[in-house]
Amino acid sequence: MIGYLAGRLSASFLILVGVTIVTFGLTFLIPADPVAMIAGRTSTPQVREQIRVQLGLDQPLPVQYIAYVTRLAQGDLGRSYARKSDVGPLIASRLPPTLLLMLGAIIAELMIGIPAGLYAASRRGKTADKAAMIASFVSISTPQFVLGLSLIYVFAYLLPWAPLGGYGTFSHLVLPALTLGLAGGGWYSRMMRSSMIEVLQQDYIRTARAKGMPEWRVLLRHGMRNAILPIVAMIGLDVGIFMSGVVVVENVFGWPGIGQLMWQAIQSLDIPIIMGVTLVAAVFIVLGNLLADMIAPLIDPRIRLR
Amino acid sequence: MRKFLTIAAAALALAAASPAFAATKQGGAAIVTFNNDLTTLDPQIGYDWQNWSVIKSIFDGLMDYKPGTTELEPDLAQSYTVSDDGLTYTFILRDGIKFHNGRAVTSADVKYSLERAVNPATQSPGGGYFGMIAGYDDLTGGKASELSGITTPDDKTVILKLTRPDATFLHLMAINFAYIVPKEVVEAEGADFGKKPVGTGAFKVVNWTPGQSLELERFADYYRKGLPYLDKLTFEFGQDPTVAVLRLKKGEIDIVGDGIPPAQFTEVMADPANKNLIAEGEQLHTGYVTMNVTTPPFDNVKVRQAVNMAINKDRIVRLINNRAAPATQALPPAMPGYNPDNKGYAYDPEGAKKLLAEAGVGEGFTTELYAMNVDPNPRIAQAIQQDLAAVGIKAEIRSLAQAEVISAGGAGKAPMIWSGGMAWIADFPDPANFYYGILGCAGAVEGGWNWSKFCNKDLDARAEKADAMVKGDQQEARIAEWKSIFDEVLTQAPWAPIFNEKRFTYHSDRLGGEAALFTDPIHIPVNYDYIYAKDAQ
Repeated sequence: MIGYLAGRLSASFLILVGVTIVTFGLTFLIPADPVAMIAGRTSTPQVREQIRVQLGLDQPLPVQYIAYVTRLAQGDLGRSYARKSDVGPLIASRLPPTLLLMLGAIIAELMIGIPAGLYAASRRGKTADKAAMIASFVSISTPQFVLGLSLIYVFAYLLPWAPLGGYGTFSHLVLPALTLGLAGGGWYSRMMRSSMIEVLQQDYIRTARAKGMPEWRVLLRHGMRNAILPIVAMIGLDVGIFMSGVVVVENVFGWPGIGQLMWQAIQSLDIPIIMGVTLVAAVFIVLGNLLADMIAPLIDPRIRLR
Repeated sequence: MRKFLTIAAAALALAAASPAFAATKQGGAAIVTFNNDLTTLDPQIGYDWQNWSVIKSIFDGLMDYKPGTTELEPDLAQSYTVSDDGLTYTFILRDGIKFHNGRAVTSADVKYSLERAVNPATQSPGGGYFGMIAGYDDLTGGKASELSGITTPDDKTVILKLTRPDATFLHLMAINFAYIVPKEVVEAEGADFGKKPVGTGAFKVVNWTPGQSLELERFADYYRKGLPYLDKLTFEFGQDPTVAVLRLKKGEIDIVGDGIPPAQFTEVMADPANKNLIAEGEQLHTGYVTMNVTTPPFDNVKVRQAVNMAINKDRIVRLINNRAAPATQALPPAMPGYNPDNKGYAYDPEGAKKLLAEAGVGEGFTTELYAMNVDPNPRIAQAIQQDLAAVGIKAEIRSLAQAEVISAGGAGKAPMIWSGGMAWIADFPDPANFYYGILGCAGAVEGGWNWSKFCNKDLDARAEKADAMVKGDQQEARIAEWKSIFDEVLTQAPWAPIFNEKRFTYHSDRLGGEAALFTDPIHIPVNYDYIYAKDAQ
């Protein structure tokens, strides 16, 4: 176990190094010049050159990369071009809202996906099953900005049940978490359904039914408890999916997280912020995957880590 | 002999002349929403849609404009004089002006602020505006730490020496980059000054939660007594404009800072409930298509004129729900120097074909049209593409992020660019502001904003001569000369001007003030200092 963990951690570290190289390379391959954005329309070539030197952008790319990584090793994520402030604290102040939103979304998708999948499996082939699967298909396919705006229009504007975007209280969290979680709920309902169908064909289910156990007990106690295992292990992977989702959802709902920060940084070509958010998101994805792998054997003893 | 152009304190005159202002009481609050977060409130650095007018409410410069107009008036300066040769400006500061921290403003602050704007270490996007102040080259070249052209004989007097006469100089003293900041606070806060700004303006910052909100409150010691009207002004960020419109309808907010989103425009405008809630105004904006005059076939003036005639501007204006008026020329109608008699190029595809034939490309040609990838710009680019196809020009659309289009334009790699989303909104209301950076030789360099790379030395010389006319009685002649320069630009046709955007500001019924304040051509988008709360009246 310890050995496995050490191996995984060092692999994760290599992945993160790879992420820095790729994002660094990509941002500098974009045919756009941040200095032109900073120095403005009135600047003379001399002033642009000076700013280029100040930012170290006149150095060869490998030199810039080494300087970047050296600063990174000291915990310095650089300084935003547009905001002229340090990227580290900027991201740190935006992380709690994003993590809260992701937690809300995980709860939402489990609360939607597991009951829906359970119900569909118990009605396999019947109308309810088909309806649930169509609903999950729709929720998976709907773009999140459409879903978000629709939810706002119905549940915040037409019906005064939730606030019209913003951040602060639990009621602010419901709609964005639902927007982010509905697609995941769709996936989970399908996984739960197939997992459940598989479990329901097992001998011990037939035994349970044969000894006269009530059907709801068969489904919940013997069925769900076994069928849910592969699902819980997937939650860690959701972190990665959500990291891209928050960019859209946070912008629709005015949620002050890193997705919003990222979107605005992309618009103004604020490379230090783009790099910083990408790196932080990568850390979370790597940790999420690691977590998924660690949880799996805990809940299912048949899985062993080597 | 010096000629004195001392101006009376215009603020008093304005307050006395306008009964609407005189009767207005202070009090109340307003909430404004923006989609993007504020990047900074540093006046020497801030240069975007959100912070431009917020900075104007927190800081002041030597000069300003009468609210809702493009008419210059002294602000922190009580008076100023200009020497006969136009090379020396002497400003006398008003008495009793204080920063938000209570310290009185002195002439040294003016000098410090202008030097801060010019110093490349500040990374100001507007430093280049002050190139005529003596000592500019030494400061930007790192040979000096001060501007030798600025002297302060006493606490109230600032003398600025220029290396060339410049009729736009007073406008430059009114743009954000020339706003006055307190040296000790800037130095104490360092880079954080943009987060904790201290100015002399009508409002001061109470609380700023990045990504969420900025709260301002009325500055009790603001030198214009009785202003601003609002006690409290709150900005909420990260608000999608579509959602903001819904919030305004529910009475939660007062102004949709980003304007009405295109998809909701027709619906909002058609709603009778909004009849008195939408202020419509012009802005100093032209949307245009640039043609790179250094590469064939656009090096031929006939081809450029043909493109002008091929594009159906009326159709493009309809495409954006009539939120603009078709443009006849580079200058917008509200700008001095606009020539109402010049009707520009009429839509004439047949005439365009004829010109293309004369230019030797009658069989048509293939080119590229760059455009920013945010709605409605790709749609507008498609309309242009169709119009061009009708006369045989096959334009391939390159729909890219803003920064990439700007880079391609600066590098001279883009044969054609639709300027939408990046277009020139004037920083100050003078025709010169529409020329040097985007049509003159100075902007036609690598990384410059003159994407046509149009560089006409004769026109440049005429422009400089016009800007050397600094005396009061020369202004008519100066504007006439600019008019003629822009007529020539239109004939040379480095651009195809498409439309002049109008501005529609949607505000709540709680807020009062003339429509011109909600679509102020200078305080973009809204002049927060003069709007008032009806419930406080």
